[in-house]
Amino acid sequence: MINTPKLWAGLATLLLAACAQTPIQGTGDLGLVVERASGSLQLLNTSTRSALGRVQGLGDLSHASLVYSRDGAYAYVFGRDGALSKLHLPSQRVVARVQQSGNSIGGAISQDGRWVVAQNYQPGGIKVFDAQDLSLVADIPAEYAPGKLSRVVGLADLPGQRFIFSLFDADEIWLADLSQPRAPRISKFSHVGHQPYDALVTPDGRHYIAGLFGEDGLAMIDLWAAEPKVQRILPGYGRGQQPLPVFKMPHLRGWAVAGRLAYLPAIGRHEVLVVDTQSWAEVARIPVAGQPVFVMAQPDGRQVWVNFAVPDYDQVQVIDTQSQRVVHAFKPGKAVLHMEFTPRGEAVWISARDSDQISVIDTRSFATLATLPAQAPSGIFFTSRAQRIGL
Amino acid sequence: MRCNRSWCWALACLPALLCLLPGLALAQAPAPTPTPQRQQQLLRMLQQDCGSCHGMRLTGGLGPPIHAQAMRELPRDSIAAVIYHGRPGTPMPPWKSMLSAAEAEWLAGVLRGEEVKP
Repeated sequence: MINTPKLWAGLATLLLAACAQTPIQGTGDLGLVVERASGSLQLLNTSTRSALGRVQGLGDLSHASLVYSRDGAYAYVFGRDGALSKLHLPSQRVVARVQQSGNSIGGAISQDGRWVVAQNYQPGGIKVFDAQDLSLVADIPAEYAPGKLSRVVGLADLPGQRFIFSLFDADEIWLADLSQPRAPRISKFSHVGHQPYDALVTPDGRHYIAGLFGEDGLAMIDLWAAEPKVQRILPGYGRGQQPLPVFKMPHLRGWAVAGRLAYLPAIGRHEVLVVDTQSWAEVARIPVAGQPVFVMAQPDGRQVWVNFAVPDYDQVQVIDTQSQRVVHAFKPGKAVLHMEFTPRGEAVWISARDSDQISVIDTRSFATLATLPAQAPSGIFFTSRAQRIGL
Repeated sequence: MRCNRSWCWALACLPALLCLLPGLALAQAPAPTPTPQRQQQLLRMLQQDCGSCHGMRLTGGLGPPIHAQAMRELPRDSIAAVIYHGRPGTPMPPWKSMLSAAEAEWLAGVLRGEEVKP
């Protein structure tokens, strides 16, 4: 005969064990949006098009950005106030946090996911941290002259445990080889052009392109060359015209490469510049509604989406890469700050700071699929970035 | 005293001419205070749009810190002139297409902690 009490006890034990074990939760369709004014992040799900929760207490998140661990379970958040926080997405908890500088604007993660690097304005330089516990591994001040540190911009990871970044105050680009992270090897490129303000690395990790604020043109390095050197591309694109005031620096980091063409914001002009990444010759310049801030190619490269600096920042324009023309324009809210594509690009999520909302837009029909409330949202970052070079 | 007719005209019109030149107008008597509604807009602009380079807490970024401690080192008129005309050779743009000289001066006062925020 069956011993009933023992059976119940056994079942209860099994149930308890099942409850105690957290089910494995995928993170491939998750993301985070920065709520810049309140120092918080919202966890997003791109399949259900919903917000899953909010993490608070992250300090000054104006201009905050983040990178993901390769398993997509952790985000490393770089705050404007120099704090670096490690956030566990499934539990929505901050698991490590260091105050690493006085003023930071972003960072990158190494190819193998072991090192997290912060780029700092104050004190100017980069710092390397262990991705596990955020302990400091290396400190590389951007000292370009005795006692003079430059603000660092345009940091990107490269294959081979390397990182590349630009020195705004020194007109230089530095390449740091961190294959031995405690003994970094630095190569320097000088006289790259005046005031590099941001940069991107192409999806294959081959070309690094820095935008120049102080002159018309961009600095490009072919990192596959036997002896990499700086080459000026799109020189003098302003053709002597008086540039317009720049109310917000364009952001180059992102997906600006569609097929063999790169789409780049002209600084001080209402234009998107198109350059052939084989010959580096100008292919086209596309008139747009204002000064471009983000010029982002859809994952398939079929369309390029552009947002603008104040006062034209209520608009978004879409460029068809086959005809090189603007094929759609709309207003997804007030003060559009950022756009992020779902991993395969069926939708784009757009943050509108002054409307306190995120819009989810169908990239084919341009229909609004959903709107989500968010407090002064700025950057949107999906975990699919974990699998991409330069993000 | 006799004066040349055109000179008299110029002297009489001088204050008005000065007011037409925003840079000089900044050095004039206190400008009218913006309406409370406009003040809110200007403060939001300061935090969010100026904040994109100077940090939302004005602690600096690509642009220098512009918190009260730093701004009290500078005359109000100079700050207002930089807001209005920008600083050539740096990324600081002129904001004159988006605000008046009087509003730039009011913002300069806010930055120095002289104006009571609404």
